[in-house]
Amino acid sequence: MGYRRENGKVGVRNHVVILPLDDLSNAASEAVANNIKGTLALPHPYGRLQFGEDLLLFFRTLIGTGTNPNVAAVVVIGIEPEWTNRLVEGIAESGKPVKGFYIERNGDINTIAMASRQAKEYVQWVTELQKTEVSMDELYISVKCGESDTTSGLASNPTVGNVVDKLVPLGVTMSFGETSEITGAEMVCKERAATPQVGEEFMKVWNAYNDIIVKFKTDDLSGSQPTKGNIRGGLTTIEEKAFGNLQKIGKKTKYVGVLKLAEPPKGKGLWFMDTSSAAAEAVTLWAASGAAVHLFPTGQGNVIGNPIVPVIKISANPITCQTMNEHIDVDVSAILRGEMTLDQAGDKLIEMIVRTCNGRLTAAEALGHREFVLTKLYVSA
Amino acid sequence: MIQFLVHEKSDTVGVATVDIPSGEKVKGLYMDTQQPIEVKALKDIPLGHKIAVKDMQEGDPVIKYGHDIGKVVAKIKIGDHVHVHNLKTKRW
Repeated sequence: MGYRRENGKVGVRNHVVILPLDDLSNAASEAVANNIKGTLALPHPYGRLQFGEDLLLFFRTLIGTGTNPNVAAVVVIGIEPEWTNRLVEGIAESGKPVKGFYIERNGDINTIAMASRQAKEYVQWVTELQKTEVSMDELYISVKCGESDTTSGLASNPTVGNVVDKLVPLGVTMSFGETSEITGAEMVCKERAATPQVGEEFMKVWNAYNDIIVKFKTDDLSGSQPTKGNIRGGLTTIEEKAFGNLQKIGKKTKYVGVLKLAEPPKGKGLWFMDTSSAAAEAVTLWAASGAAVHLFPTGQGNVIGNPIVPVIKISANPITCQTMNEHIDVDVSAILRGEMTLDQAGDKLIEMIVRTCNGRLTAAEALGHREFVLTKLYVSA
Repeated sequence: MIQFLVHEKSDTVGVATVDIPSGEKVKGLYMDTQQPIEVKALKDIPLGHKIAVKDMQEGDPVIKYGHDIGKVVAKIKIGDHVHVHNLKTKRW
């Protein structure tokens, strides 16, 4: 069951988002969300004096967030009218109801009053929208792991891989990324491209990312990549982490194209997106590219969520499944005991995807995890 | 009951699926061939950490998933705990 939006895309949540254009408009946005029940403010620290590629990414991310099919309507608040309208017009292209308000020559209090009246209209409208029967192949699902350990490579990532191998042939759109975290396994990843040209595109993106790391690194990155949590869980090197990471794309599915950060897939199939490996940054980029659901395998227990996309957590680490039980949606630790096959685990995860689409709140949603983290490419002007 | 898993036959390390105490003879399984393997643990190996299934010299690659995951920086014997003290990345 899902919500079919004006542009034909299918969402599984029905949010009214109060979207600040910039850091200065966070206070007004949060005030509106506080006034009008059933709305969701997405405060963030950017939107001022950005330029060039970084500014394009900023607008692509915010417009994509507003356009995401899990969002029914958007109220935009910005400091001044021009960029506020640029964001409003970008979201309006999806056909979705969106209205912008700006603070200069109005002040916070008048802006909050006007935006609150609009937000109330939207909430009452969206709460009458009905879910309809939709087909699985209309879904767009992203995958990314976090606080991985060796159990991720043994079981929880291959479980996601099993789902990729089952759902992509059915016509489901899926996306993976974490460019830096493929380091060590980049040649294997290149070989998984559908055509040599797509493989070369992947290598270009990977090389560009690696150049940045080499330029700015002060040591071998141990502690950052792999993280201290990875190391505590038994992962030692980036190469080891990378081969575990790649288990998420299954055994046979090939990716059909390479996407820029926050760029929507151009068709069905599995897509590689250039992203950082930091969980909240990466999931925010996938949400902005239109993903309706995210699959997140974890070893040591990354607790991340996203404000507009349900993040389904899968773990095979018995200690994590026991001590952090409230964070885990699908426990596949039985694989390590030889009591569950990957095939059974994949089916269990697909069942959880369906239940999540039908309305079950994920652990991250129930616990209020709403990490919204924009990726910034360089300093502001 | 299996105490560790090895991804592929060519791997030089396995992964503990339970906490392994030093000195214990532990049973493992190669996941690709389903072949059993037995190793005597030389150190305590926490769940999720790697146990050597082959002797390795300094400079040797450590093989996991059938691939090179880094270089040996301190001699490793069968049953040793393999982690940041004796294995380092070849990248970055």
